[in-house]
Amino acid sequence: MSTTITTANSVSKEVVESWYIVAALVENKPGVLFRVTNLFRARSFNIESITVGSTEQIDLSRMTITTKSDEKTLDQLVKQLRKLIDVVDVRVLDSAKTVYRELALIKMKAGDPTTRMEITTYASIFRANILDIAKDTIMVEITGTPDKIDAFKNLVSHFGIIQLARTGVSALPRGEDM
Amino acid sequence: MIGAKALITALEKEGVQVIFGLPGGANLPIYDALVDAHLRHILVRHEQSASHMADGYARIKRKAGICFATSGPGATNLITGIATAHADSSPLIAITGQVPLAMIGKDAFQETDIIGVANPCTKYAFQPREASEIPETVKKAFYIAQSGRPGPVLIDIPKDVQQANAEVTFPDLIKVRGYNPVIDADISQLGKAVETMLRAEKPIIMAGGGVILSGAFSELQALAELLMAPVVTTFKGKGSFPENHPLAMGPIGMHGHAEANKIILEADCILAIGARFSDRSVGRFDEFGKGMSIIHMDVDPSEIGKNKNVDIAVVGDVKSSLRTAVKMLSKQIVKKREADNPWLRRRKELIDYYADTIKDYSRELTAKKTLKKLREMLPTDAIVTTEVGQCQMWTSLHFDIIAPGTFFSSTGLGTMGFGFPASIGAKAARPDVPVIDIAGDGSFNMTENSLAVSVLDNLPVIVFLMNNYMLGMVAQWQRTFYNRRYMGVHQHNCPDYVKIAQAYGAQGIRAQSMDELEKAIKNALNVQVATVIDITIDPEEDVYPFVAPGTGLKDMITGA
Repeated sequence: MSTTITTANSVSKEVVESWYIVAALVENKPGVLFRVTNLFRARSFNIESITVGSTEQIDLSRMTITTKSDEKTLDQLVKQLRKLIDVVDVRVLDSAKTVYRELALIKMKAGDPTTRMEITTYASIFRANILDIAKDTIMVEITGTPDKIDAFKNLVSHFGIIQLARTGVSALPRGEDM
Repeated sequence: MIGAKALITALEKEGVQVIFGLPGGANLPIYDALVDAHLRHILVRHEQSASHMADGYARIKRKAGICFATSGPGATNLITGIATAHADSSPLIAITGQVPLAMIGKDAFQETDIIGVANPCTKYAFQPREASEIPETVKKAFYIAQSGRPGPVLIDIPKDVQQANAEVTFPDLIKVRGYNPVIDADISQLGKAVETMLRAEKPIIMAGGGVILSGAFSELQALAELLMAPVVTTFKGKGSFPENHPLAMGPIGMHGHAEANKIILEADCILAIGARFSDRSVGRFDEFGKGMSIIHMDVDPSEIGKNKNVDIAVVGDVKSSLRTAVKMLSKQIVKKREADNPWLRRRKELIDYYADTIKDYSRELTAKKTLKKLREMLPTDAIVTTEVGQCQMWTSLHFDIIAPGTFFSSTGLGTMGFGFPASIGAKAARPDVPVIDIAGDGSFNMTENSLAVSVLDNLPVIVFLMNNYMLGMVAQWQRTFYNRRYMGVHQHNCPDYVKIAQAYGAQGIRAQSMDELEKAIKNALNVQVATVIDITIDPEEDVYPFVAPGTGLKDMITGA
């Protein structure tokens, strides 16, 4: 059920931690996000990102949570989430059968034409879009897996990143899987 | 119908008879609606006691206890009691007033975000924003509080919602789509569990609070007798199995029975029923149950593997699981294990060994002697609760619970001040039997103003006050771990508890000898007024055995 989605495994105290994507269908009403995040805080679950948004059903929201944890902690995270009254369904997504995407906005220093050219070239290779250009800055929108965004970020970091906003991961299972 | 009336009607439809509460500005419409209702309202002197009383009531009735408070400080005062109920899975429903909708978020007078405050210590918290939502909210609150693993639910009702007129309908059935507690366990898991139990040569049953919550007393006894397995309990499970039964071993844990702590280390199969492997029960998680098969039956899936990885998990209501397990076993056991076998002989050997090894103090009034005397004089159906600290652990060690379900205590949260108001709640649930709060002075002091409730509402309970004018358990730890450097533990002979009792119109009796104690207990059992028996005990008396925090059961110390 659970699979590693990056190669970034780390070993500490003989506990193997991996990245997991957990998808939860929750009641679309006030206070639900608070209940979920409060649970994570109270039980010291380490969350990398959490996204919430509407779904095809008007009264349900979909939460996508990415977490780096060991299997025992993941098991508890899923069980504790399921225990919340407002949480209707929880799945650990299998990365091989899942489409997952994140969006990032990155504003960089780009005062001279050479830098702008360079950034534009990188953006095109990464299928990123230039959203805004000002006298000394350039803003890029990039969509992809967290890995891809990390790679782009590393590539352009030497230009000087002024601001960066990432949305966190959204994910859906492929094909007929629910 | 206005919202407040809808609330009271919905409570009546749920069969509520008693409400513990205290009015204030934001719940006045509810109190006005109470005037015309056929409900018994018990006025407390502090909201904390209202939540403890409702909790005590719930634990004895095994259905939801109700408490009312106003907004702000009224609501926050309930929180200790709500958290206590949450830690012990008790079905408590707290109903608080809130400032009017338009004032929420404006830092209004007596406004507090009680939904936010209550979230981590409730099973769910509702805030109906229309009067018409109230009946369904109440129905859901009862369903959530009482089913699955029970727990507290809070309903926070803004004052204008209480006052608003609305068309209301009272649903007979409701569904909460994100909440589907499992009742009947997976039959193949049960089969595996039964097989493992049958194979075990040295099986042991560890019964927890879940047995009491689901009322699985006769099923547990049947299973134990079929397997001829010794039964230890957790402290919360005390009273799930008659402690005078030939298979009983008493509670395990930090201040568990020495023989129980010892035998569980020697077992080859542990069947944990409705227990959550708390640190106070099992010591170090990594050491507990090493090399043994562990079977875990629980209604809450999140308890499986939380503290302890287990071999076989049986998720479902434990009463249902036990009933099925007993049926399966009865078919498979061709020849019942004899009572005279090495494992049960070992049980007896350990009990005898520790009975000789652990010596009581030579004084006339020790915790052990006073509690043995109390047990001897109390009818077996008397309900017993405790405060928290040494008095509680002495009860665990020296006071046997014979009739299942007649004991409860604040075991999870360890709330000082719980026992006395909770005993009043228990008395409201069972007025026909004596109800005793085994107390220490430190705890009793915290909620002693409930004496007014006990007297005025004719809910006479007995406070068995083991008084050393000390925060005794803290003092014991300072003695043991901090080289007798006492700080903040002395009560300096203040107050005089006999006079305190008398000031409220209750009876106060001092007992300084066994003879006086006997007379006092006899007296208390024969009068219809709350009685505080102030028993002078030695402030240096320790609780042993002791499994120090962070160590395993094998590291148990049996004396100073």
